[in-house]
Amino acid sequence: MSSAKLVAESGKILDVASKDAPLTVRGLTVSYGNKPAVFSVDASIPAGSMTAIIGPNGAGKSTFLKGALGVVPSLSGEVRIFGKLFEDARDRVAYVPQRASVDWDFPARVIDVVLMGLYGSVGLFRLWRARHREQAMECLKRVGMADFADRQIGQLSGGQQQRVFLARALAQNAEFYLLDEPFAGVDAATERAIVSVLKELKSEGRTVVCVHHDLSTVAEYFDRVLLINVRRIAEGPVETTFTAENLQETYGGRLAATHIDELHLA
Amino acid sequence: MIDDLITALGAEFVQLSLTPIVIGMLAAIACALPGNFLLLRRQALIGDAISHVVLPGIVAAFLVTGTITAVPMMLGAGAAAIIAVVMIEIVKRLGRVEPGAAMGLVFTTLFAAGVLFLEITDTSSVHIDVQHALLGNLESLIWFDAEGWGSLLDPAALATLPPQLPRLAVVLVGIGLFIFLFWKELKISTFDAAFAGAIGIRTRVLGFALVVATAVAAVAAFDAVGSIIVIAMFVCPPASARLMTNQLARQVGWSVVFATISAVLGYVLAGYGPGWFGSPYAVSAAGMIATVSGVILILTCLFGPQRKRVGQQAEA
Repeated sequence: MSSAKLVAESGKILDVASKDAPLTVRGLTVSYGNKPAVFSVDASIPAGSMTAIIGPNGAGKSTFLKGALGVVPSLSGEVRIFGKLFEDARDRVAYVPQRASVDWDFPARVIDVVLMGLYGSVGLFRLWRARHREQAMECLKRVGMADFADRQIGQLSGGQQQRVFLARALAQNAEFYLLDEPFAGVDAATERAIVSVLKELKSEGRTVVCVHHDLSTVAEYFDRVLLINVRRIAEGPVETTFTAENLQETYGGRLAATHIDELHLA
Repeated sequence: MIDDLITALGAEFVQLSLTPIVIGMLAAIACALPGNFLLLRRQALIGDAISHVVLPGIVAAFLVTGTITAVPMMLGAGAAAIIAVVMIEIVKRLGRVEPGAAMGLVFTTLFAAGVLFLEITDTSSVHIDVQHALLGNLESLIWFDAEGWGSLLDPAALATLPPQLPRLAVVLVGIGLFIFLFWKELKISTFDAAFAGAIGIRTRVLGFALVVATAVAAVAAFDAVGSIIVIAMFVCPPASARLMTNQLARQVGWSVVFATISAVLGYVLAGYGPGWFGSPYAVSAAGMIATVSGVILILTCLFGPQRKRVGQQAEA
């Protein structure tokens, strides 16, 4: 915790403290066309933490994740995953894209999607086998979707689709989970199920980062926040960083003062 | 009845109809296989684009070499396909237009340029014309030296098979292997490209390889059957197959079945169908094969088991 605080207070990455941190980002800049979506963002995610990435729509939260994982090309910046280049630490990371980013009309069953998470353990030119199916079923059980294994994915509700995505990430058995808006458009039961799985992951010593929208649940679900609006506004523990002042700076006029009052911040 | 069938499938059948039917099948399957992935990636038009730009490529190859032998033609067509893909990318990025519009722009322009090319240059001495480009020449791909089914075991007769047949067979095996060996990668990157990139699949390389496979199928098939079949086979069998199942592997299987049915039934209907109505003429086999694939699509739209899937959302 102390190292996390230092990072927050100084605003700089402390090499000694974060050398093998799950994620260390320095000066990450990603641009679509001429306009930077993410500009010179620094971040340092300590092991075993649960971090919410917060910011207004179009602030570059998703782009930050994609840029850090090389899913979209970055203009500049240095990214280290557990102190290594992402290419060398890929199998320790599970990434869950936004549910709406894929076509759910794709011809696949629920189990087929979860099996994609076991890609790394199948081997080149080989196909999924019975033991992979067993593993995939275990992951579906953890998100309460075991009964839906043979269902066509287009027949699922939004919440169920999100659980399938989470199950696919669980199948990757990673140390570091990055989720892009896992609670967007899901029902209350799904939200509870996802939170409990994420807390389970944290209790196992794994690290979780979520792009998150609902400010009212930040303090309940997460222990750290990273506030982004194209640039990094602030990063640190919820108690010290999730403040009215920082939120005002992140959201500008878009977040009414009364709304901030309702959050009962320090 | 059975005697009729034996006569119908006798020596004359082997000589005149067997090779066109097999070539039609090979071409249809070679296009349908990559078509499954193009369709799911919303890139079905790319097959259309490539099969059109083949024409200026062939004309250019003729102007350069002065011959219509297969190798320069295929090189010209292949080069045109690559140029078209690059041009589509350029139009898409510089013009910031949607991919479909960029493809539509590039392939119509290049095809029109090919037609102009044909008109202003002297290609009258050789057999290249717009009709050939569209409909191919399936009926003429007969096996002169065949004397019956026994010729299939006769090396001397086999050596005189139309060269399109072994060429398409090699292309089909190559495309089949590509899809089989990279099945996981194709499936994952088609469904979720961002996830595929994060787990280390080279999505750009794979996407490019798929376009190359498409171009190879289009060029090889174009030579034998013309661009109408090529365009139809990239889209119709996979689209029909999608309405039959909710699993990718089965979809690919069904697309092969539908491509085969289209080729065989289309050829037979074109050759013999008009006779059943008392007409002494046959109709274009390529046109009929494409039509059959369209009819199959209509039937699967009406009766396919998965036709209702759109909008079929479960309760939350």
